[in-house]
Amino acid sequence: MPSIADQVPIAEGLFTWPSNDPRLLGSKCRDCGVVTFPAQSGCPACCGQDTETLELERQGKLWTWTIQGFLPNRPPYEGPETPETFRPFGVGYVELPGQVRVEARLQTEDLSKLRIGMDMDLVVEKYIERDGKDIIAFFFRPSDES
Amino acid sequence: MDVAIIGIGIHPFGRTEGVTGLEQGTHAARQALADTGLDWSDMQFAYGGSSAAGAADTMVSKLGLTGLQFINVSNGCATGGSALQSAYMAIQSGMFDIGMAVGFDKHPRGAFTINPEGSGLGKWYGDIGMALTPQFFGMKIQRYMHDYDITEDALVRVAVKNYRNGSKNPNAWRRKPFSYEDVAESMMVCHPLRKYMFCSPAEGACAMILCRADKARKYTAKPVFLKAVAVKTRQFGSFEVFSQSQALDRAPAPTVQASRAAFEMAGVGPEDIDVAQLQDTESGAEIMHMAENGFCADGDQEKWLQEGYTEIDGKLPVNTDGGCMANGEPVGASGLRQVYEICLQLRGEAGERQVPDNPSTGYTHVYGAPGLSGVTVLTT
Repeated sequence: MPSIADQVPIAEGLFTWPSNDPRLLGSKCRDCGVVTFPAQSGCPACCGQDTETLELERQGKLWTWTIQGFLPNRPPYEGPETPETFRPFGVGYVELPGQVRVEARLQTEDLSKLRIGMDMDLVVEKYIERDGKDIIAFFFRPSDES
Repeated sequence: MDVAIIGIGIHPFGRTEGVTGLEQGTHAARQALADTGLDWSDMQFAYGGSSAAGAADTMVSKLGLTGLQFINVSNGCATGGSALQSAYMAIQSGMFDIGMAVGFDKHPRGAFTINPEGSGLGKWYGDIGMALTPQFFGMKIQRYMHDYDITEDALVRVAVKNYRNGSKNPNAWRRKPFSYEDVAESMMVCHPLRKYMFCSPAEGACAMILCRADKARKYTAKPVFLKAVAVKTRQFGSFEVFSQSQALDRAPAPTVQASRAAFEMAGVGPEDIDVAQLQDTESGAEIMHMAENGFCADGDQEKWLQEGYTEIDGKLPVNTDGGCMANGEPVGASGLRQVYEICLQLRGEAGERQVPDNPSTGYTHVYGAPGLSGVTVLTT
């Protein structure tokens, strides 16, 4: 198990880290209440500039999905696959109750089970290794696989 | 001041080795001039653009250094449409009488490569494999099919129609029709969309000459009048490409806003349109855009496609030139290609793919990243 010092989030401010119960970090407009992810200083709904950081729910429902069927171009893609080892992966929007729909990669053993409306859980874990460090990213996984 | 299109030009779409995008643009510009019998020196202004093939204004070194006002336009997939709208405004304002809109492009093979930071996104978004437009198209139609009971059959029918239309278009890239099975059994790219349901990045160019409507018949016996042009960007809550999150409450797409604005400006409605070119980045886009542009209700597309309503001899022919699917997607040129096709149809010069019964009112629609839409209404 690598030490926490060897684990680096894929970007600052996307989720609480280090943490035993990591949460995605959004922002909530103090004027109109609209929630955005990632956190941002301006409100895209009412054009206000008074937002606060909000820890998002870690469970939600799959709102829509697709399966990425080919190896994405590098750059910008930094996944570990080669053309030989690439396996299609899921991408979707997960609706977090009363907050916002977040776009994320989906982790599942069986892509054929993906359905709109299924329960999903946040997963924060290693994505790739870079410069000797583990790069930590967020995913959603079907609740019945968690 | 009404505005007319009096000359049109095109460089064939697809792959043209050894010819730069700029040269293709110059070819289209010369053809548009020849169509009217005018010279480059008659142009008082030009608006032009490409997304990946250089600065349009540099084509003056080939066309002639006449000193005209030439403004480069860069507006994603609406680049051509935005050049046209700019030309429209230049004439409508009374500042100029006659000028050109031109768009061209030349993209490398394969999916578009996106620079996430240049699109206002975090670098992580590309690192993790989400900066891909096909994913958005897959996710948007996936939800739409769920909400409105659209089946995969409809996706296949759109593609088969567009390649069939493309096979009748000498300027199209893909000239071979695909069978239902060819499309339905092609590789899954981004579920539920398959390889032959998508357009591909490509090359091509289009140009048109616009002038004051009251002077149009001086140059051509068949002017096409630009009754409306509208460009709109996304509102909060619409489901758009490259959205790291979405609002819980859906808002209408920018296409809905652009379409309504254009119909209001033209003083006509969807029922008045005889032929339409709708953005068909992939099959799902054409299906959703049929409803977003007001031509049918959400969910009616299944019946429309089964009954052949959008075929060349149907009640609303859509993408008669084969659309982006058969022509490919040179980003800077596609919006003008749609207008080029409507001009041919309204002039009765579309040959084998001519819509019957002398169509008099046409419609074009583009949609692109990061959520903008451009619509025109054209009449004889």
